[in-house]
Amino acid sequence: MRNAVIIDGRDNVVVAIYPLKAGDEVTYPLPSGGEGHLTASQDIPLFHKIARSDIRRGELVVKYGEFIGQATCDIGQGDHVHTQNCASTDDLKDSQEVSGHE
Amino acid sequence: MSRRTFMGYRRADGKVGIRNHVLILPTSICASDTTNRIAHAVEGCVSFHNQNGCSQVDIDRDVTMDALAGFAASPNIYGVLCVSLGCEGCQNDMVVDAIRARTDKPIKTLVIQQVGGSIKAIEEGTRMARELVAEADACMREEANISELILGTNCGGSDPSSGLGSNPLIGEVSDYLVAADGTSVLCETPELFGGEHILARRAATKEVGEQILKIVYDYEKYVQMFGAEMREGNPSPGNMAGGLTTLEEKSLGCIHKAGHSPINAVYGYAKQLKAHEGLVIMDTPGNDPSSVAGIIAGGCQLVVFSTGLGTPTGNAIAPVYRLTANKHTYEIMRDNTDLDASPTIYGPETMEEMRDRMLDDIIAVCNGRKVCAEVLGYTETALPHLCNYM
Repeated sequence: MRNAVIIDGRDNVVVAIYPLKAGDEVTYPLPSGGEGHLTASQDIPLFHKIARSDIRRGELVVKYGEFIGQATCDIGQGDHVHTQNCASTDDLKDSQEVSGHE
Repeated sequence: MSRRTFMGYRRADGKVGIRNHVLILPTSICASDTTNRIAHAVEGCVSFHNQNGCSQVDIDRDVTMDALAGFAASPNIYGVLCVSLGCEGCQNDMVVDAIRARTDKPIKTLVIQQVGGSIKAIEEGTRMARELVAEADACMREEANISELILGTNCGGSDPSSGLGSNPLIGEVSDYLVAADGTSVLCETPELFGGEHILARRAATKEVGEQILKIVYDYEKYVQMFGAEMREGNPSPGNMAGGLTTLEEKSLGCIHKAGHSPINAVYGYAKQLKAHEGLVIMDTPGNDPSSVAGIIAGGCQLVVFSTGLGTPTGNAIAPVYRLTANKHTYEIMRDNTDLDASPTIYGPETMEEMRDRMLDDIIAVCNGRKVCAEVLGYTETALPHLCNYM
């Protein structure tokens, strides 16, 4: 059963649609059909973000197919992504484009 | 071009309406109670409370004039009874001229100080309204392609379900309409904050991109005149508890209503929009009755409105169709909510299936089915100010 959603195929985060516990299998429908899976490495509150893949320090966090911030430390797949590891970055707004991955 | 069609009212000026109201238009606050009584006396009439129209500096009065002329020119309006007190800033003949600059539809006029007081004005106005409604009743609906639609998009009372479900759904509907050669309008400038660079990158031309950045910059400067800041403390602690990390993320949730299409133009508040123009932006406040009023004055025949917590906003001129992806809100605010969009988050329908369901709903509303706000007769209207009253 789905317990998370992805908004855009390029996103490297998905959003929990139920509160999740560390170790829970995370299932989300892919925009192109089928399902994506990963394992939550931490507790995830309702409507909070989970890393879909490893995101290294300095890399962009992508949601809605656009970057919403930058990783402030290395983030592993399944980690809770929020203010403790992701921050707004005004400097990058003009110069960067998001490259696709799905 | 899409094969979807609706049954609308084709007007002499070429525009297609989805309602056939007679508008009893108050040019100022001093005519508003009079127009309210006339509109209630004759079935088929609509009116609204105009708080402005007097004691305004020119630049502020011009915004009110654009809104009044825009409401009158809406293709949802067959004809207009333009009512003024007599001594206000928005003089009856000025308002008529502004309407005439946009459309050649039937207009009648009434000046309260000339006919001799409220009771005589209501009596005379009621007769005039009856004549206009009799003419309007002769109009027949005819088939029109959805490319004739100018769709307004709005959000209010948002919660995490808005950015996750209902706004992406509106974005899909918007992209569909744009691909079908219609027009879709994004508004609410303060909610673009943090996402303006992303929108500017999607502009069709460099000039449009600069205009997007400018309306956000100007809004920020305006608020700073009062010592206030729009970015500080944004996203709010409540937003963060709900899972929003950055201002960009919050804005993206809102601007997702605009789908993925390029942005072709930026319009000032209540300025006349064009059919077949694709995705455009109108510079409006975030306040719902004010943003909805601006885009309807611009020519939107219909507004789709996402909510998380549930809101009542309606409009006298055009249907405001409300959806929520919050199942709980849909259950408890059903009186005010037209579509349960929670399957966009929880399934089982796909986003595409929900888009088609919402498009079917939109066609039904275009064909005459009343939205919740119309059934309840909700018409709250706010016209923004550039400067306080004199």
